[in-house]
Amino acid sequence: MPAGPGARYVVHVTGRVEQGTPGALLPLRRPPAPPPDERLSDVDEWGRSEAARARLRRLFGPVYRNWFRAEWEGMEKIPASGGALLVANHAGAIPADAPVIMHGIEEELGRPVYGLADYLFRSMPVVGTAWARGGGVPAHPDNAYRLLREQQQLALVFPEGTKGTGKLVTQRYQLRRFGRGGFVEIAMRAGVPVVPIVVVGSEEAMPILAKSAAAARILGVPYVPLTANMLLFGPLGLVAYFPAKFKLRVLDPVYFDVPPDQERYRRSRVFDEAEAIRQAMQTNLYDMLRKRRSVWFG
Amino acid sequence: MGRRVLITGLGAFWGGHMARALEADPSVDVIVGIDTDDPSVQLERTEFVRCDDSYSILARLVRATQVDTVVHAGLVVNSALMPDRRLHEKNVIGTMNLLAALGADQSRVTNLVVKSSALVYGASMEDPTWFREETPRSRPPRTRMEKSLLEAEDYIRTFAEEFSSVKVAVLRFANVLGEDLVTLFSRALSLPLAPTIAGYDPQLQFVEQDDVVRAMEFCIRHELEGVYNVAGDGRLPWSEVRAIAGHPPLYISPVMTEMAAAALRRAGLITLPREALDLLRYGRGIDNRKLKRAGFEYRHTSAGAVRHFVETRRLRRVVGAQPAYRYEGDVESFFRRSPAVVHQPSP
Repeated sequence: MPAGPGARYVVHVTGRVEQGTPGALLPLRRPPAPPPDERLSDVDEWGRSEAARARLRRLFGPVYRNWFRAEWEGMEKIPASGGALLVANHAGAIPADAPVIMHGIEEELGRPVYGLADYLFRSMPVVGTAWARGGGVPAHPDNAYRLLREQQQLALVFPEGTKGTGKLVTQRYQLRRFGRGGFVEIAMRAGVPVVPIVVVGSEEAMPILAKSAAAARILGVPYVPLTANMLLFGPLGLVAYFPAKFKLRVLDPVYFDVPPDQERYRRSRVFDEAEAIRQAMQTNLYDMLRKRRSVWFG
Repeated sequence: MGRRVLITGLGAFWGGHMARALEADPSVDVIVGIDTDDPSVQLERTEFVRCDDSYSILARLVRATQVDTVVHAGLVVNSALMPDRRLHEKNVIGTMNLLAALGADQSRVTNLVVKSSALVYGASMEDPTWFREETPRSRPPRTRMEKSLLEAEDYIRTFAEEFSSVKVAVLRFANVLGEDLVTLFSRALSLPLAPTIAGYDPQLQFVEQDDVVRAMEFCIRHELEGVYNVAGDGRLPWSEVRAIAGHPPLYISPVMTEMAAAALRRAGLITLPREALDLLRYGRGIDNRKLKRAGFEYRHTSAGAVRHFVETRRLRRVVGAQPAYRYEGDVESFFRRSPAVVHQPSP
């Protein structure tokens, strides 16, 4: 007779009987409960994998520390628990600000940051999958609501979108229009604060010297840039960033005194709030630029 | 008086299984099923009526049988099964005729349950991670399959608005996996190599076949109204599905995918139509919480459905499948109506 872990006696072929621990109860035979979701990977519903994210952090860590030498100011203003919508300025042909912000917060606060970005990423083979595993989520209002309201996560969004990253070096640190203020409405509906973050350094890491509208039309992408990096390093310039010093400043969280879960919020209020946040970020950017002595050393 | 139920698509998997589930319910008095094909499962008391693709005899049937509940399980959701023209006939014209029959003066129908599919949401890069019942699709449909389902749902929606006395429930199912069922994904997972668009690892969602039948039964029993998504909890990447099934990938080119797929299709290596290719690129998630709030409990998650499917198939490979059932009209009529047969209550 095979003796399972729940057997009280073990009968040996020789006839010797061994008694199990007296008083040890046989495990109750329960009807099979719905089995726990056995998974072979740790990819969550958003396509994010903590294992992949940890690998990425290990890879990006040296770049973050030694290349960009990122320095934060006011990190404590980011909530350690509960949902919050992080809003930042966006720059550089292939922007380095998103990985820097996500890396910094995840290392410091130990909580995941989901990066909301243009769905265009999803259509790219390999890149799209890597982006999703690394914490990228298509910026759909439903996704933002679920992340912020229902799952109380941190979500990062760049309201300027591709207008921010596609601007020329001559326009650096001039904030573009903040979309249509959708980010404010999402935060209101989700009942979470907006935490503005301003980044200095991303513009100089990969500055755009010129753009080709025709090539962009043909390729179906928002812009096709000619960057200083490409001039210097050729095709390698697509991944070779200049070692600009990254400085990040977290501004005071903005709470909206409105009930969550409303169908819609007053347009004028949404616009005003979005504009106020943009103004505060622009002011802080100028302030940081005023104090910056060197692009490379801060 | 018990309920009188009419089931469309009795010959297909869902109609047959739905009928079988309802036969076990003593509160259901009469079950009538129609289809162009013979029933594929053995049925005890369901009456089978053969009809043409567009259900033109329905009005007469509804009038004659005085049914109060209709289960529209006849929508075809797998375009690999039949040519586009027939698909249109069955889904669009069939639904139109069904609704015309239900709306006729002599009709006593008070409940309509429709088995639709999450295909109505499509799959594109602009999609949200989870579709709620009211989320619109991101891009207009491109395939006949999706168009026909959307048209059918449109007819049903208008019908529900016009006849407020009829409770209409539309169930949109995620990709179904089950041991007796042939779907796009069960086919894809039965091949030695699992078709994969190179560079993409979409997040997919599945529902187990028993949960599908249970969901439809639940809808009938609780007389639900409105649109409901039916899918197992969670999503999992296609690479994980492949790993559970133990199949290496068969890579399809990410550019000119349609052409590459057509070549593979002709070679008999894959059976994936266009809407399945979209799914293999972008995946799809549907929010199943509305049905849960109504009180329905799933037995399987998405990952659980895949695992269950793979394990059952492994078992089948060793012990063999049950012999397929063949419908013989004379035999069935003998067992149901001959005075020689002694009817005993089933144990």
